[in-house]
Amino acid sequence: MDAIADFLLNGWPVALVIASAAYVAWIFAKVLMSGATDRAKLSLQLAPLICTAGTFLLWELFCKALSISTFVLPAPSDIAISLWQFRRQIGLHSFHTAWMTIAGFGLAVAFGIALGLLFGASRFFYAGFYPLLVGFNTVPKVAVVPILVIWFGVGWLPAVLTAFMISFFPIVVNVATGLATIEPETEDVMKALGATKFQIMTKIGIPRSLPYFFGSLKVAITLAYIGSVIAEYNASRFGIGNLMARASADFNVPLLFASLIALAILGVGMYMATVWLENRMTGWAQRSSFAAG
Amino acid sequence: MRPFVELTGVSHTYATGGTLAVDGLDIKVNEGEFAAVVGPSGCGKSTLMKLATGLQFPQKGAVVVDGKEVRDPVKMAGMAFQAPTLLPWRTTLENLMLPLEIVEPHRSRLRKHKAEYVAKAEALLESVGLKGAGAKFPWQLSGGMQQRASLCRALIHEPKLLMLDEPFGALDAFTREELWCVIRDLHARMSGTLTVILVTHDLREAVFLADRIFCMSSRPGKIIAEREVEFARPRDIEITYTPQFSDIVHDLRARIAEARATA
Repeated sequence: MDAIADFLLNGWPVALVIASAAYVAWIFAKVLMSGATDRAKLSLQLAPLICTAGTFLLWELFCKALSISTFVLPAPSDIAISLWQFRRQIGLHSFHTAWMTIAGFGLAVAFGIALGLLFGASRFFYAGFYPLLVGFNTVPKVAVVPILVIWFGVGWLPAVLTAFMISFFPIVVNVATGLATIEPETEDVMKALGATKFQIMTKIGIPRSLPYFFGSLKVAITLAYIGSVIAEYNASRFGIGNLMARASADFNVPLLFASLIALAILGVGMYMATVWLENRMTGWAQRSSFAAG
Repeated sequence: MRPFVELTGVSHTYATGGTLAVDGLDIKVNEGEFAAVVGPSGCGKSTLMKLATGLQFPQKGAVVVDGKEVRDPVKMAGMAFQAPTLLPWRTTLENLMLPLEIVEPHRSRLRKHKAEYVAKAEALLESVGLKGAGAKFPWQLSGGMQQRASLCRALIHEPKLLMLDEPFGALDAFTREELWCVIRDLHARMSGTLTVILVTHDLREAVFLADRIFCMSSRPGKIIAEREVEFARPRDIEITYTPQFSDIVHDLRARIAEARATA
């Protein structure tokens, strides 16, 4: 186990570079192999690569041409060097952050579905608790972290709970919306067949709210991520947030930026995972793009 | 013939103190009959449908369906609307099976006799010209085909009462006439056991399909005329071009125009 962990901690930037290079090569190959008609369409897949690479190149040139100090704005090359230097720490803390985020997100999904179903099924609960929920959601979660620390001490629990608190709201609202917007005519058809409220919920309401639910996951995962990093920054001994807090205390600006890059990579990864899940689970709701393709 | 759906002196409003949607409705439809309700838009035709199926309860008067006063949604009624209201996450066949998952005795038999029910659903699809469309999703079908599937769903559990709320309103003229014949044949096949109430504002549709036509006035809706249509069944679409047919349509039209003028 330790050997594997050690290998991963040391080698993850290399693995990432190899994977990206393979992906780029694969797209290039597809573009080159395709006929003239598909080429325009496939070139569009190259656009994100070109624009991303272009942005970093401009950044690099900007820093080098004006000889900006790495203390103010490190160039991508400096960040890459720092990333390689601190790869073990960044890897370890990224793993911790991902773990906190996914745990908080999982709680938010379970709680969000339960509350959303309750709200969708009962107008009394919806009307009664909605203002309270909005109030809770608008409280900046940074302000809640100290309370969590008083309750649970510095550690993983405040991070998980912050991620949870910040991310369950969109799930609740979306699930409830899916249930509340059943077409009245469909409901009439069901009622005239003698369907119970429970049958209408399970046969119509829940399948209908699935696209809303999976749509909200995209929002929730990024929010959960923000929550866990905030809590780590303020009250943790682990996580990318904590690494950044320490880097900024040391005025290690390249490491600060390297951490940001790691956060971005992790965030994009988690976002893409939920998008993939959404496409898999609710293909019927995205029929317009299927019809076009 | 005994009356199957009977409304006597029914008045209804949606909001307390609001204007009456329908006022003193008297309607009697016999068992196995095909009745049509026509009237200007906003005359409370849809309210009438909801009252007859127990989705709404009248503030005054009585609604009796199949010999019993309606106090809950009548179970086993089939309904079809202007929108096909098929569920997009189910294939057409699965959409058809939906009533069977709810209505007894089918609900408890469905799992064991799945093949039998699937065969029945496929036969029904074939009878409306949708052979082989069962595996497709509703959104892969044209509007007319979706409406056919919606009719099948309303009939799969062999209801005694079929309620149609302008089911052909969104279709083009050719498709509409095709579907008139589809519903005519479906009603004929159930020979005398299926009572249909069709709400429409298309007078030709009402005269072609119905045995009995009720004209409603504009809001608050009242029955201002009732007439029987005595063309022999099965009716061919050609009768819609005969003078007798046009006379009936004319007559109905005049009565509705009168109702609109006095409103």
